[in-house]
Amino acid sequence: MAAIAIPIDVAPRELTPAQRALRRLARRRGAMVGLVIVVFFVLLALLAPWIAPYDPLAASWSAVRKAPSWQHWFGTDEIGRDVLARVIWGARASLLAGVVSVAISLSIGVPVGLAAGYLGGWVDMLISRMTDAMLACPFLILAIALAAFLGPSLTNAMIAIGIAATPIFIRLTRAQVLAVKVEDYVEAARAVGNSHLRIALRHIFPNVVATLIVQATLAIAAAVIAEASLSFLGLGQQPPAPSWGSMLNTAKNFVENAPWMAVWPGLSIFFLVLSFNLLGDGLRDALDPRHG
Amino acid sequence: MFNYLLKRLAAIVPTLFFVSILIFGLQQLLPGDPAVALAGEDNDPNVIAYLRGKFHLDEPLPVRYWYWLDGVFHGDLGESVRIHKPVTELILEKLPVTIELAVLAMLIALVIGISAGVASAVLKDTKWDYAANIFALWGLSTPNFWLGILLILLFAVKLGWLPASGYVSPFEDLKANLAAMIMPAFVLGNAIAAVLMRHTRSAMLQVLSSDYVRTARAKGLAERVVILRHALRNAMVPIVTLGALQLGELLGGAVLTEQVFSIPGFGKLIVDAVFNRDYSVVQGVVLFTATAYITLNLLADLAYFVVNPRMRG
Amino acid sequence: MKFSRLVFALSLAAALPSFAQALRIGLAEDPDVLDPTLARTFVGRIVFAALCDKLLDLDEKLAIVPQLATSHEWSPDYKALTLKLRQGVTFHDGEKFDAAAVKFNIERHKTMQGSNRRGELAPVTSVDVVDPQTVRLNLAAPFAPLLAVLTDRSGMMVSPKAAQAAGDKFGAAPVCSGPFRFVERVAQDRIVFERYANYWNKGAIHFDKVTYLPLIDATVRLANLKSGQLDLIERVAPSDIPALGKDSRFKVAKIVEIGYQGVTFNIGKSDLAQKYPAGKDPRVREAFELALDRDAIVQVAMEGEALAGNQWVAPTNTWYAKNVPVPKRDLNRAKALLREAGVINPTFTLMTPTTSDAQRIGQVVQAMVKEAGFDLKLQSTEFSTSIDMADKGQYEAYLLAWSGRADPDGNLHSHLACKQPLNYSGNCRADMDELINKQRATVDRAERLKLFEQIAAIESKDRPIVYLFHRHWLWAYTNKLSGLRTVPDGMVRLQGLRMN
Repeated sequence: MAAIAIPIDVAPRELTPAQRALRRLARRRGAMVGLVIVVFFVLLALLAPWIAPYDPLAASWSAVRKAPSWQHWFGTDEIGRDVLARVIWGARASLLAGVVSVAISLSIGVPVGLAAGYLGGWVDMLISRMTDAMLACPFLILAIALAAFLGPSLTNAMIAIGIAATPIFIRLTRAQVLAVKVEDYVEAARAVGNSHLRIALRHIFPNVVATLIVQATLAIAAAVIAEASLSFLGLGQQPPAPSWGSMLNTAKNFVENAPWMAVWPGLSIFFLVLSFNLLGDGLRDALDPRHG
Repeated sequence: MFNYLLKRLAAIVPTLFFVSILIFGLQQLLPGDPAVALAGEDNDPNVIAYLRGKFHLDEPLPVRYWYWLDGVFHGDLGESVRIHKPVTELILEKLPVTIELAVLAMLIALVIGISAGVASAVLKDTKWDYAANIFALWGLSTPNFWLGILLILLFAVKLGWLPASGYVSPFEDLKANLAAMIMPAFVLGNAIAAVLMRHTRSAMLQVLSSDYVRTARAKGLAERVVILRHALRNAMVPIVTLGALQLGELLGGAVLTEQVFSIPGFGKLIVDAVFNRDYSVVQGVVLFTATAYITLNLLADLAYFVVNPRMRG
Repeated sequence: MKFSRLVFALSLAAALPSFAQALRIGLAEDPDVLDPTLARTFVGRIVFAALCDKLLDLDEKLAIVPQLATSHEWSPDYKALTLKLRQGVTFHDGEKFDAAAVKFNIERHKTMQGSNRRGELAPVTSVDVVDPQTVRLNLAAPFAPLLAVLTDRSGMMVSPKAAQAAGDKFGAAPVCSGPFRFVERVAQDRIVFERYANYWNKGAIHFDKVTYLPLIDATVRLANLKSGQLDLIERVAPSDIPALGKDSRFKVAKIVEIGYQGVTFNIGKSDLAQKYPAGKDPRVREAFELALDRDAIVQVAMEGEALAGNQWVAPTNTWYAKNVPVPKRDLNRAKALLREAGVINPTFTLMTPTTSDAQRIGQVVQAMVKEAGFDLKLQSTEFSTSIDMADKGQYEAYLLAWSGRADPDGNLHSHLACKQPLNYSGNCRADMDELINKQRATVDRAERLKLFEQIAAIESKDRPIVYLFHRHWLWAYTNKLSGLRTVPDGMVRLQGLRMN
């Protein structure tokens, strides 16, 4: 047998869709700024016990409502606690509120949406009507009623927000599933004899993920605001534990004589939510080039 | 088209049914005996017993649901236990206020959102794009109640240009009415502006890269004409339908803004009723706003359907 | 000639503007139903002060003064109260006010379905019309608080004709006997009254229109005052007082309330009482009280706008039992008591309403008692839920405020007598019950005070309620307004109020 010369210069390595998406993301400045800020707050929350200058719960009768100074960079609040320490620890509550709520929405919404979209028929009809019903009720009202039912606390606020936001993910997942379901490769997989579950998980779900990631990021932003709103009504994180929303709720009574109590948590909420929004927008543009 | 309409109308019935069950169930789940809550600070046992009887509170849940549903079909949404006024009267009282606030907020949102969206799409990736992005996003990133209080402090207390809160009917005094509504409308409109901006931007981008627009450009039309007359017109359709949806949400959702500015609309009515365990009010108002939302949804979809020939058939 | 006179007359008419003097008052909540028989909130009473006159009224020192009844007299056995009624008084619909109207009203308060006045009028067995200007209330046994009861909603007189016609819808368009008549009410927005031309004391009324605007948020309420949309606001946030004091455009008025703020312990309302140290052992409650520095609480949580107290009436009240003064903080004794009781770090949960005041007070108390070893947990509970839980005894401690009644019995009987509606602590002692029932029937002041002293001695040892302080009612108003009377019941009386 004669030896056949095999060309050794192979084609340049192809990037996976995910890697391409990440590249596109990295090029969007807004999204990168958002990412940096989010990471900053996450670090703040994680390192709180080490970087907070004071105990966030330590009250001091002699230091009530003191303006920012070298001892208290952000000033003190209405019972003498250090505002900077409370803002740092508050990052935990706000981030948790955002992330856990959305995690709850995803864990209920995605499977239900998948089932509705994939199974169709009366299952779809039932789920869709119930979803429509939940979406027809004003979101905050649902959250308030649920939080009032469960009792005021951060955990219950997260559950309430999570449940109230679930229908959005049900609808989103369902729509994506419906779009993907009719694709050729899915039909082929069915023809070959794959089980429903396998098809749902291996073929349909990965295509839904992109949209879900975008929506989830944006939903975290909305959830942080929702927690602040519930705290405004007295239904979120309860004092003395710090959360930016409940700090704003208390601070609103002192806006004229102690504005620093409100400025810092307000700015923190603003930057955190803004950065999640920027990140979400960037992800959307990156994952769907047509938008970019 | 007709089939589509029928299908959609048929879907409304079970949806509303679920809404009624959802809101009724949620109310009944709220902890605390409503009779005790409504009996007030004197906690008189006779009053409590009377209230329990009057509102059938000792009957099983499905029976109570039936009483309520029966009333709804007869146009009777019950009565506010707190102030003894029929819920339908309360709704009619508050509806004009809520509608006015919603419409004003929508106008502000459309103006800010669409112009920011167009600018951002046309001037894509320039600093104007980022600026427009940030400006519209600002609306989504600040809690309404917070923005509201800051605005009150600035414009009402420090500058004295606008009233701090409250509501004056436009028929009584249009100027005072607008002065009182401008801040809450702005606060509400901000958040929606962001959503509209995003959609306008993506709709515009799609249209700007379409054949239709390329043809217009090839024909030699001025860029401004291309953008405003051709691109924007086509992009408007999804924007308008989205706008209609947001309007529906506004009808029941301006909860916190109304609290802060003391606007006597639905949002305030519902929240106070939840805290006072004034069941009939919550059930009646939510059912009403849900119906309005669903109807607006349907109308928006129909409009989209009618205007966009590609969706038909 | 005639023409110039006409011009003169017209210009004179034009030069004298007939403008309606209006008053706008900011309330902290939206009142409930405007029917004195059914009404159940404190804020509703503020509105009633303009709408409905009462048989008797209170002055700044809480003394009983005439209003619709010009004089009152007890029978020798104190089982009948005879009231002489004012002549020439009419209701807003023109009907005459007379003894028959009084009888109708008292019976309405006692018998109407859903009436909240039944409890406080229970001792009244019957009402006799002696003559058109004289009415007699008959009691089963002497009831000292009766006069004070008649200065509140139970003494408010509505038009019998209108009440009969409207039934339970009366509250939608009340027809009463006060200086102002009902014009309109938009729920959660405003309540509008206009001057009643035939009010018997019209000389004291200097406004043509009164509008009440409920604005729940204290910051917004104050903003409205500052921007000129309101003339007077009630329940100003204590933290806003210093700045208002310095602002020459506004005046501040304050007076100690007739109510109180305290910590109610579940000592017997349910079996939860036996499951936690503070409920079981009075020594733990004593340690709790000794760990409190009431003056510091008042200073930090209420900006000094309260008066420290340890009884159901304030130390400045004539019925205060001087034998039990407000204790000072004693951390060492507190710790010693806990050691004696065998619990070094007792823990319990304090249920607090979600208002910002309650939150602050709760946190200050929590931090304070920590120093004695208490591990106090705060549980924010929505008001409606908290009342229900207290009613069922599903709590350990409850930070509860009581709006107060003019007669100390109103702050005592329902809260501390066995099985009464407001007895959330489950306090049930034969000795205290006997004393409480006895003081209700004792009209002689000196004797009654002695009884209060005995009750205070028992209460302060057992501590079902640890009273903390008595708030200042705080009003802020434009400096153009004068004549505001500061009465401890927190009402805004329009007689004598004028805009300059």
